[in-house]
Amino acid sequence: MIKVDDLTKYYGATLAVDRVSFEVQKGEVVGFLGPNAAGKTTTMRMITCYLEPSGGNVEVAGHNVYDHPHEVRNCIGYLPESCPLYPEMNVVDYLTYIAELRQVPSPERRGRISEMVEVTGLASVLYKDIGELSKGFRQRVGLAQAMVHDPDILILDEPTSGLDPNQIVEIRRLIRDIGREKTIILSTHILPEVSATCNRVLIINDAKLVASGTTDELINSAQGGDVVTVSVQADQDALYEAMREAPFVSEFNKVGEESVDGRAWIALEIKSGESAIGERLFRLVVDKGWSLRELRTEKMSLEEVFARLTTAG
Amino acid sequence: MKNVWTITRKEFRAYFDSPIAYIFITAYLLLVNFLYLWTFFVVGQADMRPFFGLMPFVLLFFVPSISMRQWAEERKMGTLEILLTTPVREVEVVLGKFMASMGLLAVMILLTFNIPVLLGYLGSPDWGVIICGYLGSLLLGASYMAIGLFASSLSENQIVAFIISIAICTLMLILGEWFFLMLVPDIFVPVFDYIGLGTHFESMGRGVVDSRDIIYYLSVIGVFLYLNVNTVENRSWV
Repeated sequence: MIKVDDLTKYYGATLAVDRVSFEVQKGEVVGFLGPNAAGKTTTMRMITCYLEPSGGNVEVAGHNVYDHPHEVRNCIGYLPESCPLYPEMNVVDYLTYIAELRQVPSPERRGRISEMVEVTGLASVLYKDIGELSKGFRQRVGLAQAMVHDPDILILDEPTSGLDPNQIVEIRRLIRDIGREKTIILSTHILPEVSATCNRVLIINDAKLVASGTTDELINSAQGGDVVTVSVQADQDALYEAMREAPFVSEFNKVGEESVDGRAWIALEIKSGESAIGERLFRLVVDKGWSLRELRTEKMSLEEVFARLTTAG
Repeated sequence: MKNVWTITRKEFRAYFDSPIAYIFITAYLLLVNFLYLWTFFVVGQADMRPFFGLMPFVLLFFVPSISMRQWAEERKMGTLEILLTTPVREVEVVLGKFMASMGLLAVMILLTFNIPVLLGYLGSPDWGVIICGYLGSLLLGASYMAIGLFASSLSENQIVAFIISIAICTLMLILGEWFFLMLVPDIFVPVFDYIGLGTHFESMGRGVVDSRDIIYYLSVIGVFLYLNVNTVENRSWV
């Protein structure tokens, strides 16, 4: 659906986007992550034909942004950062204006607008000036304007910034519902949002694409293998010996010791270069005849992955 | 071209949905009526030439204050990003904004009809000269408007846009004035005389419609609208 190839943008001498390439398939919801000023907005602006790339290529539904910008714009609905709307217009007038500019044929216009009003829950504020609306409602107007021409692709730049927690949940639910039928790229720096709404994540840092994949894939590749915590009742020396011999254990640390009814439980944190070592570890303990009361695979959080990818170098 | 009309309607309504249009129209009518009638009864001639003589200076302030918001406001608010990612061409947006602001200016200028009505009641004015003067005022106003819109696209601050447009308009006025022409070498005098915004207006104010004057105004409008399309296409502010 969207194919980005070696996309590059210079502002004067500053490199804002550096040879970014990715593809988005039909029906995917892709989260675009990155620190502020990493190049997320610039990339989105080039896909929506607001800015012309300095190099590389973007193809949207088979149309190239250089040669067919109007066709590209036709299949994209775009909500820019901070949701800029005309405060002096009322909601219906505004949606009608955008529908006209979006070339929605006039017999269908009313139907499309009332459908959008229903989907985004704007019925109660139809005739209010946009300037009088709360931020949550304004964001819904922004989403309605992006979808009024029924585009296949939605590009949303920080759709939940500045909203309160309840509004965030509502907008996310809305995005998830819309995402069943449409291809969506949304940018954010709120990480739980990605796990809550997206199938796939692109992480961009310092103008470059540094990672791409599902959240699980990103976590696994960042971690490089399993980290498992076990709590075993065993003789300490024998336990250490077994760990040193086990081929899948690359590193272990004692993280605690507890005495219950005169029996000592030793807690170990085990690092491995491989994944899914839980079962093998369990067999090892059973074979030795020890007792096991806890075996937990530790997952790095997306926050840690993000921090690792966007701060180190 | 349908887009031009859509944008014109939206921008024209935006003036009348806010107090801006009413304030401008009232202030303009009060000012020009006062300035004209101040001497009218003393001179006692059914003649609108003093009235049109005011136009280059009065419009110099009113037109940029109409045009200043058009691009500057959209840039500041970010609404331009939505507008320019819909399938409209920059030239359509420029023309739409130009026509909408010209609409407001035309309403303002035509609402001074009380003066010709008064003249017709008190005496027998030369209607040809009056119609010609109105046409000249609209053309001069349209030139100021094209300059003002271009200036508005240069800044996201409305006040800066206002000042830039007054500066450009004043410069274009001065070029054709006698005190400036005295300073330039003789061979260039006809050139500057032609470039000056005011010279062409004076002949129209006397009732002379010369195709050269009309072509002059249309080319000034064309050049500045073209520059405007250019700045918007380049989006040098992003």
